[in-house]
Amino acid sequence: MANALKIEDLHKSFSTGFIPKKKEILKGISLAVEEGEIFGYLGPNGAGKTTTIKCVLSLIFPDRGTVEIFGRPHLSPKAKEKVGFLPENPYFYDYLSAREFLSFYADLFLLNKAEKEARIASLLKLVGLEKAADLHLRKFSRGMLQRVGLAQALVNDPSLVILDEPLGGLDPLGRKEIRDLIVRFKQEGKTVFLSSHILQDIEMICDRVAIIVGGRIISQGTLHDLISEKVLFTEVTVSGLAPAELAGLGESLSVRGGKVLLKVYDEDKVGRVLELVRDKKAKVESLIPRTETLEGIFVDMVKQK
Amino acid sequence: MKVGTIALNTFKEAKRDRILYLLFFFAAVCIIFSRALAILTVGDRVKIIKDVGLASISLFGVLMAILMGTGLVYKEIDKKTIFTLLAKPIHRAQFILGKYLGLVLTLFIMTVLMATIFLAVLFFHTSKVEWPMLTAILFIFLELMLITAVAILFSTFSTPILSSIFSLSFYLIGHLSWGLETLIKKMKPGTGRTLARALYTFLPDLENFNFKTEVVHGLPIPPKIFVYSTLYGILYAAFVLGLAVWVFRKRDFI
Repeated sequence: MANALKIEDLHKSFSTGFIPKKKEILKGISLAVEEGEIFGYLGPNGAGKTTTIKCVLSLIFPDRGTVEIFGRPHLSPKAKEKVGFLPENPYFYDYLSAREFLSFYADLFLLNKAEKEARIASLLKLVGLEKAADLHLRKFSRGMLQRVGLAQALVNDPSLVILDEPLGGLDPLGRKEIRDLIVRFKQEGKTVFLSSHILQDIEMICDRVAIIVGGRIISQGTLHDLISEKVLFTEVTVSGLAPAELAGLGESLSVRGGKVLLKVYDEDKVGRVLELVRDKKAKVESLIPRTETLEGIFVDMVKQK
Repeated sequence: MKVGTIALNTFKEAKRDRILYLLFFFAAVCIIFSRALAILTVGDRVKIIKDVGLASISLFGVLMAILMGTGLVYKEIDKKTIFTLLAKPIHRAQFILGKYLGLVLTLFIMTVLMATIFLAVLFFHTSKVEWPMLTAILFIFLELMLITAVAILFSTFSTPILSSIFSLSFYLIGHLSWGLETLIKKMKPGTGRTLARALYTFLPDLENFNFKTEVVHGLPIPPKIFVYSTLYGILYAAFVLGLAVWVFRKRDFI
């Protein structure tokens, strides 16, 4: 499949301070986003996620490296016509209403009047802002701004949607709604590139991820490749047994109200714990096999760096 | 087309700015007050109304251009609205040009309104419409177009307060630089004169747009001067806007 976005050897540094001191933010980023997938761009704060996105959108100019959007250089207006972008913590013209705002952006894509009105109506419906369409943006809540931000990103019916921390600062319900929308984009054949540090969200919706730490990509691949489904350990909670009786079978994590939480690494030992429970007429409260999580991998990688 | 869209949005933004109405209110007060001043004056009363009226249009027009122009581009960068705007398929030059034309449209409407009040006040006094005043007002507007370009240039790389000081300095220098021309005429040929000539060429001469004395006293204006002043204004504004685009095109929006 063709690449919706291809970044090669991207470098960017900024000079700051009165006596300029160069600080390298991106140290050679290369990645490729295939058409039709949801690509998660993962990294701790300050890793260079937003800088990469701004390079792609030509808001800043890289020192070195190339960016291609559907095979075209990213600076060409033709390439930008296919892109929708939602920035982190979006803030828009607060003197406009949602409808006026979307109309302004639709005009930049030279949509004709009928097409524009139909598009705006369907977008307002999609993001659930029909009732607030004529309200000034200054009266919008954080969640509503995020929705209108998403609507403006879709005003040109883009093939590639770039979302910078789309789920940051939203309540659980808002996050779910945005997540559902992102999955819907994929069903409609759009490619989604989203940056985030909220791992559960990425794990839930992304096909592939790249992990960026300190301006370098340290891992890239499908979630399936990154996370093995092998059971790492099993968490067993039993009641009616003293911690001393379980010694040697696993690591005792906590004892509370007569319940012992045990971390057992070996499957044989899980069996032996269960036998012991049966013999002593104790009770198994819970038994959870733990597989590798994205969070675990992420924390390990960041720590290593 | 895209430039027009940005210009219209800028116009919408400007017309919802309270400072515009505040300045317009004071301009109107000054123009109307000129009639009261005229009553207190001995001698040519109409001249006072014309002088104060034209000066008010010029001064408040310049304040509008500077106070609004210096904030226009800066606000977009500061509030980060520029991120989504420049991610759309537009050139940065289109953005600057759109902002400029939007503000020029606002100033045009304001100038027309101030001129209407001014002509009405004059009409009450003389019972006739003083059309020649429009010549002076037209050139005041041309000057405003140039000042707007300067305000936008500073706004692309500086904060509104600094930009306002720079733009105001540009305005003041522009109205005093004619002194250099007089000096050049009196200087002997040599390095000093060449330097003074270079400085005069570089600095703006906003007195080129000042036809207030001529229209107030009914003096003839040679057509050559009209053409020269118009060309000077348009070319200078184009040069300054070009500079603004050049600065803006290289900027990183962090």
